Amino acid sequence: MNLANLLNNYEEAVAMILFGIGFSNLLLQKNLIKKIIGLNIMDTATYLFLALKGYIAGRKAPIVVDGVRSVEAYINPIPSGLVLTGIVVSVSVTALMLSLTIRLYRRYHTLDLDEITTRLKKEGL
Amino acid sequence: MSKKLSEEQYRKTRSFQLKQWLDGTKDPFLDTVEMKPQEEFREDRTVIRERSEEKKRLLEKVYDLEHNAEMRIFQRIYRIFSVIFCVSLVLMLLIAVSNLPTVGAFERPVNNEVAKRYIEDGLDETGAVNIVTGMILDYRAFDTLGESHVLFIATCTVLILLRIDKKNSKDYMEANDRTHEPKNDIILQTVARILVPPIFIFGIYVILCGHLGPGGGFSGGAVIGAGLILYLNAFGFAKTERFFTEKIYKRMSFCALACYALAKSYSFYTGANHIESIIPLGTPGAILSSGLILILNICVGVVVAGTMYTFYAIFRKGGY
Repeated sequence: MNLANLLNNYEEAVAMILFGIGFSNLLLQKNLIKKIIGLNIMDTATYLFLALKGYIAGRKAPIVVDGVRSVEAYINPIPSGLVLTGIVVSVSVTALMLSLTIRLYRRYHTLDLDEITTRLKKEGL
Repeated sequence: MSKKLSEEQYRKTRSFQLKQWLDGTKDPFLDTVEMKPQEEFREDRTVIRERSEEKKRLLEKVYDLEHNAEMRIFQRIYRIFSVIFCVSLVLMLLIAVSNLPTVGAFERPVNNEVAKRYIEDGLDETGAVNIVTGMILDYRAFDTLGESHVLFIATCTVLILLRIDKKNSKDYMEANDRTHEPKNDIILQTVARILVPPIFIFGIYVILCGHLGPGGGFSGGAVIGAGLILYLNAFGFAKTERFFTEKIYKRMSFCALACYALAKSYSFYTGANHIESIIPLGTPGAILSSGLILILNICVGVVVAGTMYTFYAIFRKGGY
Protein backbone atom coordinates (compact mmCIF):
# COMPACT_ATOMS: atom_id res chain seq x y z
CA MET A 1 0.00 0.00 0.00
CA ASN A 2 1.52 3.21 -1.23
CA LEU A 3 0.54 5.77 1.42
CA ALA A 4 2.07 8.81 -0.26
CA ASN A 5 0.18 8.08 -3.46
CA LEU A 6 -3.01 7.51 -1.47
CA LEU A 7 -2.64 10.98 0.02
CA ASN A 8 -2.07 12.38 -3.47
CA ASN A 9 -5.26 10.67 -4.65
CA TYR A 10 -7.26 11.74 -1.63
CA GLU A 11 -10.27 12.70 -3.83
CA GLU A 12 -10.55 9.17 -5.13
CA ALA A 13 -10.10 7.83 -1.61
CA VAL A 14 -13.07 9.96 -0.52
CA ALA A 15 -15.13 8.46 -3.35
CA MET A 16 -14.24 4.95 -2.16
CA ILE A 17 -15.13 5.75 1.47
CA LEU A 18 -18.46 7.22 0.33
CA PHE A 19 -19.09 4.00 -1.58
CA GLY A 20 -18.40 2.01 1.58
CA ILE A 21 -20.75 4.21 3.63
CA GLY A 22 -23.51 3.71 1.09
CA PHE A 23 -22.95 -0.04 0.96
CA SER A 24 -22.99 -0.45 4.73
CA ASN A 25 -26.23 1.55 4.79
CA LEU A 26 -27.66 -0.85 2.26
CA LEU A 27 -26.67 -3.87 4.36
CA LEU A 28 -27.35 -2.66 7.91
CA GLN A 29 -30.44 -0.49 7.72
CA LYS A 30 -33.78 -2.19 8.14
CA ASN A 31 -35.84 0.72 6.91
CA LEU A 32 -36.45 0.43 3.17
CA ILE A 33 -36.23 4.19 2.54
CA LYS A 34 -32.84 4.31 4.27
CA LYS A 35 -31.67 1.42 2.10
CA ILE A 36 -32.64 3.43 -0.99
CA ILE A 37 -30.74 6.43 0.40
CA GLY A 38 -27.69 4.16 0.83
CA LEU A 39 -27.95 3.06 -2.80
CA ASN A 40 -28.08 6.70 -3.88
CA ILE A 41 -24.94 7.47 -1.86
CA MET A 42 -23.21 4.64 -3.73
CA ASP A 43 -24.34 6.18 -7.04
CA THR A 44 -22.92 9.54 -6.01
CA ALA A 45 -19.58 7.98 -5.10
CA THR A 46 -19.41 6.43 -8.57
CA TYR A 47 -20.08 9.79 -10.23
CA LEU A 48 -17.37 11.42 -8.15
CA PHE A 49 -14.88 8.72 -9.15
CA LEU A 50 -15.79 9.00 -12.84
CA ALA A 51 -15.58 12.80 -12.83
CA LEU A 52 -12.13 12.56 -11.19
CA LYS A 53 -11.01 10.14 -13.90
CA GLY A 54 -11.65 12.81 -16.53
CA TYR A 55 -10.11 15.69 -14.60
CA ILE A 56 -6.76 17.07 -15.67
CA ALA A 57 -5.25 19.76 -13.47
CA GLY A 58 -5.27 23.31 -14.84
CA ARG A 59 -7.45 22.60 -17.86
CA LYS A 60 -10.86 23.88 -18.84
CA ALA A 61 -14.20 22.22 -19.52
CA PRO A 62 -14.41 20.80 -23.06
CA ILE A 63 -16.21 23.75 -24.65
CA VAL A 64 -14.28 25.15 -27.58
CA VAL A 65 -13.41 28.82 -26.97
CA ASP A 66 -11.70 31.04 -29.56
CA GLY A 67 -11.09 28.10 -31.86
CA VAL A 68 -8.49 26.46 -29.61
CA ARG A 69 -8.66 22.79 -30.51
CA SER A 70 -5.59 21.09 -29.08
CA VAL A 71 -5.77 18.23 -26.59
CA GLU A 72 -3.63 20.26 -24.19
CA ALA A 73 -6.42 22.80 -23.59
CA TYR A 74 -9.31 20.69 -22.33
CA ILE A 75 -10.12 17.92 -19.85
CA ASN A 76 -11.21 14.47 -20.99
CA PRO A 77 -14.86 14.68 -22.20
CA ILE A 78 -15.67 10.94 -22.10
CA PRO A 79 -16.25 10.47 -18.33
CA SER A 80 -18.60 13.50 -18.34
CA GLY A 81 -20.83 11.74 -20.86
CA LEU A 82 -20.73 8.54 -18.81
CA VAL A 83 -21.78 10.40 -15.64
CA LEU A 84 -24.75 11.85 -17.52
CA THR A 85 -25.93 8.36 -18.45
CA GLY A 86 -25.48 7.17 -14.87
CA ILE A 87 -27.52 10.04 -13.40
CA VAL A 88 -30.47 9.36 -15.70
CA VAL A 89 -30.51 5.65 -14.90
CA SER A 90 -30.20 6.24 -11.14
CA VAL A 91 -33.14 8.69 -11.18
CA SER A 92 -35.32 6.11 -12.92
CA VAL A 93 -34.24 3.28 -10.62
CA THR A 94 -34.81 5.41 -7.50
CA ALA A 95 -38.32 6.33 -8.63
CA LEU A 96 -39.10 2.68 -9.32
CA MET A 97 -37.80 1.54 -5.91
CA LEU A 98 -39.72 4.26 -4.08
CA SER A 99 -42.96 3.35 -5.80
CA LEU A 100 -42.45 -0.33 -4.91
CA THR A 101 -41.82 0.76 -1.30
CA ILE A 102 -45.10 2.69 -1.29
CA ARG A 103 -46.92 -0.42 -2.51
CA LEU A 104 -45.31 -2.51 0.25
CA TYR A 105 -46.27 0.09 2.84
CA ARG A 106 -49.86 0.11 1.67
CA ARG A 107 -50.02 -3.66 2.05
CA TYR A 108 -48.13 -4.16 5.35
CA HIS A 109 -48.21 -0.72 7.01
CA THR A 110 -44.52 -0.90 7.87
CA LEU A 111 -41.22 -0.09 6.21
CA ASP A 112 -39.19 -2.56 8.29
CA LEU A 113 -37.88 -5.21 5.92
CA ASP A 114 -37.63 -7.92 8.62
CA GLU A 115 -41.21 -7.39 9.66
CA ILE A 116 -42.38 -7.51 6.06
CA THR A 117 -40.59 -10.82 5.41
CA THR A 118 -41.93 -12.25 8.66
CA ARG A 119 -45.46 -11.29 7.76
CA LEU A 120 -44.96 -12.73 4.29
CA LYS A 121 -43.86 -16.07 5.73
CA LYS A 122 -46.67 -16.08 8.25
CA GLU A 123 -49.12 -15.67 5.40
CA GLY A 124 -47.54 -18.79 3.92
CA LEU A 125 -46.40 -17.23 0.68
CA MET B 1 -48.85 -21.33 -59.97
CA SER B 2 -50.76 -22.74 -57.09
CA LYS B 3 -52.54 -26.05 -57.31
CA LYS B 4 -56.11 -26.36 -56.23
CA LEU B 5 -56.57 -29.07 -53.61
CA SER B 6 -59.68 -31.04 -52.89
CA GLU B 7 -61.27 -30.75 -49.46
CA GLU B 8 -59.80 -34.08 -48.25
CA GLN B 9 -56.29 -33.24 -49.39
CA TYR B 10 -56.54 -29.83 -47.84
CA ARG B 11 -57.49 -31.33 -44.49
CA LYS B 12 -54.16 -33.22 -44.44
CA THR B 13 -51.97 -30.14 -45.02
CA ARG B 14 -50.14 -28.29 -42.30
CA SER B 15 -51.79 -24.98 -43.10
CA PHE B 16 -55.19 -26.47 -42.25
CA GLN B 17 -53.79 -27.71 -38.92
CA LEU B 18 -52.35 -24.29 -38.22
CA LYS B 19 -55.69 -22.68 -39.02
CA GLN B 20 -57.45 -25.10 -36.67
CA TRP B 21 -54.91 -24.40 -33.95
CA LEU B 22 -55.36 -20.66 -34.37
CA ASP B 23 -59.15 -20.91 -34.33
CA GLY B 24 -59.08 -23.21 -31.35
CA THR B 25 -61.46 -25.63 -33.08
CA LYS B 26 -59.15 -28.59 -32.50
CA ASP B 27 -56.96 -29.35 -29.52
CA PRO B 28 -53.61 -30.57 -30.88
CA PHE B 29 -52.87 -32.49 -27.69
CA LEU B 30 -56.06 -34.51 -27.83
CA ASP B 31 -55.37 -38.19 -28.53
CA THR B 32 -51.62 -37.58 -28.69
CA VAL B 33 -50.70 -36.90 -25.07
CA GLU B 34 -51.69 -39.27 -22.30
CA MET B 35 -54.14 -37.49 -20.08
CA LYS B 36 -55.78 -38.35 -16.81
CA PRO B 37 -58.77 -36.67 -15.25
CA GLN B 38 -57.58 -34.59 -12.31
CA GLU B 39 -58.66 -35.48 -8.82
CA GLU B 40 -59.38 -32.95 -6.21
CA PHE B 41 -56.95 -32.93 -3.30
CA ARG B 42 -58.83 -34.06 -0.21
CA GLU B 43 -57.92 -34.11 3.45
CA ASP B 44 -59.70 -34.96 6.62
CA ARG B 45 -60.89 -31.95 8.56
CA THR B 46 -59.02 -32.97 11.73
CA VAL B 47 -55.83 -33.51 9.76
CA ILE B 48 -56.13 -30.04 8.29
CA ARG B 49 -56.65 -28.49 11.68
CA GLU B 50 -53.71 -30.31 13.20
CA ARG B 51 -51.46 -29.43 10.33
CA SER B 52 -52.34 -25.75 10.37
CA GLU B 53 -51.94 -25.52 14.13
CA GLU B 54 -48.58 -27.19 13.97
CA LYS B 55 -47.47 -24.79 11.27
CA LYS B 56 -48.72 -21.85 13.30
CA ARG B 57 -46.81 -22.97 16.40
CA LEU B 58 -43.68 -23.49 14.36
CA LEU B 59 -43.91 -20.06 12.76
CA GLU B 60 -44.54 -18.37 16.07
CA LYS B 61 -41.55 -20.10 17.55
CA VAL B 62 -39.30 -19.26 14.64
CA TYR B 63 -40.30 -15.64 14.20
CA ASP B 64 -40.70 -14.72 17.84
CA LEU B 65 -37.66 -12.51 17.97
CA GLU B 66 -37.66 -11.79 21.71
CA HIS B 67 -37.52 -15.42 22.81
CA ASN B 68 -35.83 -17.01 19.85
CA ALA B 69 -32.15 -17.24 20.63
CA GLU B 70 -31.10 -18.53 17.22
CA MET B 71 -32.71 -15.62 15.44
CA ARG B 72 -31.02 -13.14 17.75
CA ILE B 73 -27.62 -14.77 17.29
CA PHE B 74 -28.11 -14.83 13.53
CA GLN B 75 -28.90 -11.13 13.44
CA ARG B 76 -25.88 -10.29 15.55
CA ILE B 77 -23.60 -12.40 13.33
CA TYR B 78 -25.17 -10.80 10.25
CA ARG B 79 -24.39 -7.33 11.56
CA ILE B 80 -20.80 -8.21 12.51
CA PHE B 81 -20.13 -9.86 9.18
CA SER B 82 -21.63 -7.04 7.16
CA VAL B 83 -19.47 -4.51 9.02
CA ILE B 84 -16.39 -6.66 8.39
CA PHE B 85 -17.36 -7.02 4.74
CA CYS B 86 -17.85 -3.28 4.25
CA VAL B 87 -14.60 -2.39 5.99
CA SER B 88 -12.62 -4.92 3.98
CA LEU B 89 -14.28 -3.73 0.77
CA VAL B 90 -13.29 -0.14 1.52
CA LEU B 91 -9.76 -1.26 2.41
CA MET B 92 -9.39 -3.17 -0.86
CA LEU B 93 -10.66 -0.19 -2.84
CA LEU B 94 -8.28 2.12 -0.99
CA ILE B 95 -5.34 -0.16 -1.79
CA ALA B 96 -6.43 -0.08 -5.44
CA VAL B 97 -6.66 3.73 -5.33
CA SER B 98 -3.21 4.01 -3.79
CA ASN B 99 -1.80 2.26 -6.86
CA LEU B 100 -3.70 4.38 -9.39
CA PRO B 101 -1.98 7.20 -11.28
CA THR B 102 -2.24 10.62 -9.67
CA VAL B 103 -5.47 12.58 -10.03
CA GLY B 104 -5.15 15.48 -12.42
CA ALA B 105 -2.07 14.19 -14.20
CA PHE B 106 -2.14 14.04 -17.97
CA GLU B 107 -0.18 10.78 -18.33
CA ARG B 108 -2.99 8.41 -17.49
CA PRO B 109 -4.44 5.55 -19.53
CA VAL B 110 -7.82 7.34 -19.55
CA ASN B 111 -6.46 10.16 -21.68
CA ASN B 112 -5.91 8.06 -24.77
CA GLU B 113 -6.53 8.56 -28.46
CA VAL B 114 -10.34 8.41 -28.07
CA ALA B 115 -10.48 11.63 -26.06
CA LYS B 116 -7.92 13.17 -28.42
CA ARG B 117 -10.06 12.37 -31.41
CA TYR B 118 -13.21 13.82 -29.79
CA ILE B 119 -11.47 17.06 -28.89
CA GLU B 120 -9.58 17.57 -32.14
CA ASP B 121 -12.17 16.43 -34.69
CA GLY B 122 -15.41 16.80 -32.71
CA LEU B 123 -16.08 20.37 -33.79
CA ASP B 124 -15.53 19.58 -37.47
CA GLU B 125 -17.63 16.43 -37.47
CA THR B 126 -20.57 17.45 -35.27
CA GLY B 127 -20.47 21.25 -35.42
CA ALA B 128 -21.14 21.54 -31.68
CA VAL B 129 -18.98 23.91 -29.68
CA ASN B 130 -19.70 21.92 -26.52
CA ILE B 131 -17.74 18.73 -27.11
CA VAL B 132 -19.66 16.68 -24.54
CA THR B 133 -22.98 17.51 -26.21
CA GLY B 134 -21.52 16.71 -29.60
CA MET B 135 -20.35 13.39 -28.19
CA ILE B 136 -23.59 12.26 -26.54
CA LEU B 137 -25.99 13.57 -29.19
CA ASP B 138 -24.04 12.76 -32.32
CA TYR B 139 -21.45 10.02 -31.88
CA ARG B 140 -23.49 8.25 -29.22
CA ALA B 141 -26.98 9.46 -30.16
CA PHE B 142 -28.55 6.02 -29.88
CA ASP B 143 -27.29 5.72 -26.33
CA THR B 144 -29.11 8.95 -25.45
CA LEU B 145 -32.23 7.67 -27.21
CA GLY B 146 -32.05 4.64 -24.93
CA GLU B 147 -31.69 6.91 -21.89
CA SER B 148 -34.81 8.86 -22.86
CA HIS B 149 -36.66 5.58 -23.23
CA VAL B 150 -35.45 4.48 -19.80
CA LEU B 151 -36.99 7.64 -18.32
CA PHE B 152 -40.25 7.14 -20.19
CA ILE B 153 -40.52 3.48 -19.19
CA ALA B 154 -39.76 4.36 -15.56
CA THR B 155 -42.68 6.83 -15.59
CA CYS B 156 -44.96 4.19 -17.12
CA THR B 157 -43.95 1.65 -14.46
CA VAL B 158 -44.45 4.10 -11.60
CA LEU B 159 -47.85 4.99 -13.06
CA ILE B 160 -48.80 1.29 -13.19
CA LEU B 161 -47.65 0.69 -9.61
CA LEU B 162 -49.17 3.77 -7.95
CA ARG B 163 -52.22 4.52 -10.05
CA ILE B 164 -55.41 4.98 -8.09
CA ASP B 165 -58.70 4.00 -9.63
CA LYS B 166 -60.94 7.03 -9.82
CA LYS B 167 -64.02 4.82 -9.74
CA ASN B 168 -63.09 3.52 -6.31
CA SER B 169 -64.09 6.72 -4.59
CA LYS B 170 -62.88 5.82 -1.09
CA ASP B 171 -59.23 5.28 -2.11
CA TYR B 172 -59.39 8.25 -4.41
CA MET B 173 -60.60 10.60 -1.72
CA GLU B 174 -57.95 9.32 0.67
CA ALA B 175 -55.11 9.89 -1.78
CA ASN B 176 -56.46 13.13 -3.15
CA ASP B 177 -54.83 15.75 -0.98
CA ARG B 178 -56.54 18.67 -2.64
CA THR B 179 -58.97 18.74 0.25
CA HIS B 180 -56.14 19.10 2.76
CA GLU B 181 -53.94 21.63 1.02
CA PRO B 182 -54.34 25.32 1.84
CA LYS B 183 -56.51 26.97 -0.76
CA ASN B 184 -54.65 30.23 -1.29
CA ASP B 185 -51.19 30.55 0.20
CA ILE B 186 -50.44 34.17 -0.65
CA ILE B 187 -46.67 34.02 -0.01
CA LEU B 188 -46.20 30.92 -2.14
CA GLN B 189 -48.44 32.21 -4.89
CA THR B 190 -46.68 35.58 -5.08
CA VAL B 191 -43.24 33.95 -5.14
CA ALA B 192 -44.40 31.48 -7.79
CA ARG B 193 -45.87 34.26 -9.91
CA ILE B 194 -42.50 36.04 -9.86
CA LEU B 195 -40.25 32.97 -10.15
CA VAL B 196 -41.99 30.57 -12.53
CA PRO B 197 -41.61 32.58 -15.77
CA PRO B 198 -37.85 33.16 -15.30
CA ILE B 199 -37.40 29.48 -14.42
CA PHE B 200 -39.16 28.43 -17.64
CA ILE B 201 -37.19 30.91 -19.72
CA PHE B 202 -33.91 29.77 -18.15
CA GLY B 203 -34.80 26.12 -18.80
CA ILE B 204 -35.63 26.87 -22.43
CA TYR B 205 -32.35 28.78 -22.74
CA VAL B 206 -30.37 25.87 -21.31
CA ILE B 207 -32.06 23.46 -23.75
CA LEU B 208 -31.61 25.67 -26.82
CA CYS B 209 -27.98 26.50 -26.06
CA GLY B 210 -26.98 22.93 -25.25
CA HIS B 211 -24.56 22.81 -28.18
CA LEU B 212 -23.09 26.26 -27.48
CA GLY B 213 -22.27 26.08 -23.79
CA PRO B 214 -22.83 24.08 -20.64
CA GLY B 215 -26.30 22.57 -20.59
CA GLY B 216 -28.47 20.43 -22.77
CA GLY B 217 -31.73 18.55 -22.83
CA PHE B 218 -31.34 16.73 -19.52
CA SER B 219 -30.44 19.70 -17.34
CA GLY B 220 -32.83 22.12 -19.07
CA GLY B 221 -35.66 19.59 -18.86
CA ALA B 222 -35.02 19.17 -15.14
CA VAL B 223 -35.17 22.97 -14.67
CA ILE B 224 -38.50 23.19 -16.50
CA GLY B 225 -39.83 20.25 -14.49
CA ALA B 226 -38.89 22.06 -11.27
CA GLY B 227 -40.75 25.15 -12.48
CA LEU B 228 -43.85 23.05 -13.21
CA ILE B 229 -43.70 21.51 -9.74
CA LEU B 230 -43.44 24.96 -8.12
CA TYR B 231 -46.44 26.15 -10.11
CA LEU B 232 -48.39 23.06 -9.10
CA ASN B 233 -47.57 23.57 -5.43
CA ALA B 234 -48.67 27.20 -5.53
CA PHE B 235 -51.86 26.96 -7.54
CA GLY B 236 -52.99 23.34 -7.14
CA PHE B 237 -53.95 20.64 -9.58
CA ALA B 238 -57.04 22.42 -10.87
CA LYS B 239 -54.91 25.04 -12.63
CA THR B 240 -52.18 22.75 -13.97
CA GLU B 241 -54.75 20.41 -15.42
CA ARG B 242 -55.76 23.14 -17.82
CA PHE B 243 -52.54 22.69 -19.76
CA PHE B 244 -50.87 19.50 -18.55
CA THR B 245 -52.87 16.29 -18.28
CA GLU B 246 -51.99 12.64 -18.67
CA LYS B 247 -53.13 12.64 -22.28
CA ILE B 248 -50.94 15.62 -23.13
CA TYR B 249 -47.96 14.01 -21.37
CA LYS B 250 -48.41 10.78 -23.33
CA ARG B 251 -48.69 12.59 -26.65
CA MET B 252 -45.75 14.87 -25.87
CA SER B 253 -43.46 12.01 -24.88
CA PHE B 254 -44.49 9.91 -27.84
CA CYS B 255 -43.94 12.77 -30.29
CA ALA B 256 -40.56 13.63 -28.78
CA LEU B 257 -39.28 10.03 -28.74
CA ALA B 258 -40.59 9.32 -32.25
CA CYS B 259 -39.07 12.57 -33.54
CA TYR B 260 -35.72 11.64 -31.99
CA ALA B 261 -35.80 8.13 -33.43
CA LEU B 262 -36.76 9.38 -36.91
CA ALA B 263 -34.20 12.19 -36.85
CA LYS B 264 -31.40 9.78 -36.08
CA SER B 265 -32.48 6.83 -38.22
CA TYR B 266 -31.53 8.74 -41.37
CA SER B 267 -28.03 7.39 -40.99
CA PHE B 268 -29.32 3.88 -41.77
CA TYR B 269 -30.31 5.14 -45.21
CA THR B 270 -27.04 6.89 -45.92
CA GLY B 271 -24.86 3.84 -45.54
CA ALA B 272 -25.04 3.42 -41.76
CA ASN B 273 -22.02 5.63 -41.38
CA HIS B 274 -22.99 7.74 -38.45
CA ILE B 275 -19.98 10.01 -38.42
CA GLU B 276 -20.24 11.52 -41.90
CA SER B 277 -23.18 13.87 -41.61
CA ILE B 278 -25.22 14.74 -44.70
CA ILE B 279 -26.92 17.59 -42.88
CA PRO B 280 -25.24 21.01 -43.19
CA LEU B 281 -23.46 21.83 -39.97
CA GLY B 282 -23.54 25.61 -40.18
CA THR B 283 -21.08 27.95 -38.55
CA PRO B 284 -19.96 26.76 -35.12
CA GLY B 285 -21.29 29.05 -32.41
CA ALA B 286 -24.50 30.04 -34.19
CA ILE B 287 -27.78 28.88 -32.66
CA LEU B 288 -28.88 27.12 -35.85
CA SER B 289 -25.75 25.06 -36.27
CA SER B 290 -24.42 21.55 -35.62
CA GLY B 291 -26.99 19.63 -37.65
CA LEU B 292 -29.62 17.78 -35.68
CA ILE B 293 -28.28 18.40 -32.18
CA LEU B 294 -30.68 21.29 -31.48
CA ILE B 295 -33.73 19.18 -32.43
CA LEU B 296 -32.50 16.23 -30.41
CA ASN B 297 -31.87 18.47 -27.39
CA ILE B 298 -35.45 19.80 -27.59
CA CYS B 299 -36.84 16.24 -27.78
CA VAL B 300 -34.81 15.11 -24.77
CA GLY B 301 -35.78 18.24 -22.84
CA VAL B 302 -39.50 17.64 -23.44
CA VAL B 303 -39.23 14.04 -22.25
CA VAL B 304 -37.24 14.96 -19.12
CA ALA B 305 -39.53 17.87 -18.12
CA GLY B 306 -42.61 15.68 -18.48
CA THR B 307 -40.96 12.87 -16.54
CA MET B 308 -40.00 15.09 -13.59
CA TYR B 309 -43.50 16.55 -13.31
CA THR B 310 -45.13 13.15 -13.73
CA PHE B 311 -43.01 11.58 -10.98
CA TYR B 312 -44.07 14.36 -8.61
CA ALA B 313 -47.75 14.18 -9.53
CA ILE B 314 -47.90 10.39 -9.23
CA PHE B 315 -46.05 10.24 -5.94
CA ARG B 316 -48.26 12.96 -4.52
CA LYS B 317 -51.67 11.67 -5.40
CA GLY B 318 -51.39 8.71 -7.75
CA GLY B 319 -52.15 10.24 -11.12
CA TYR B 320 -52.73 13.64 -12.60
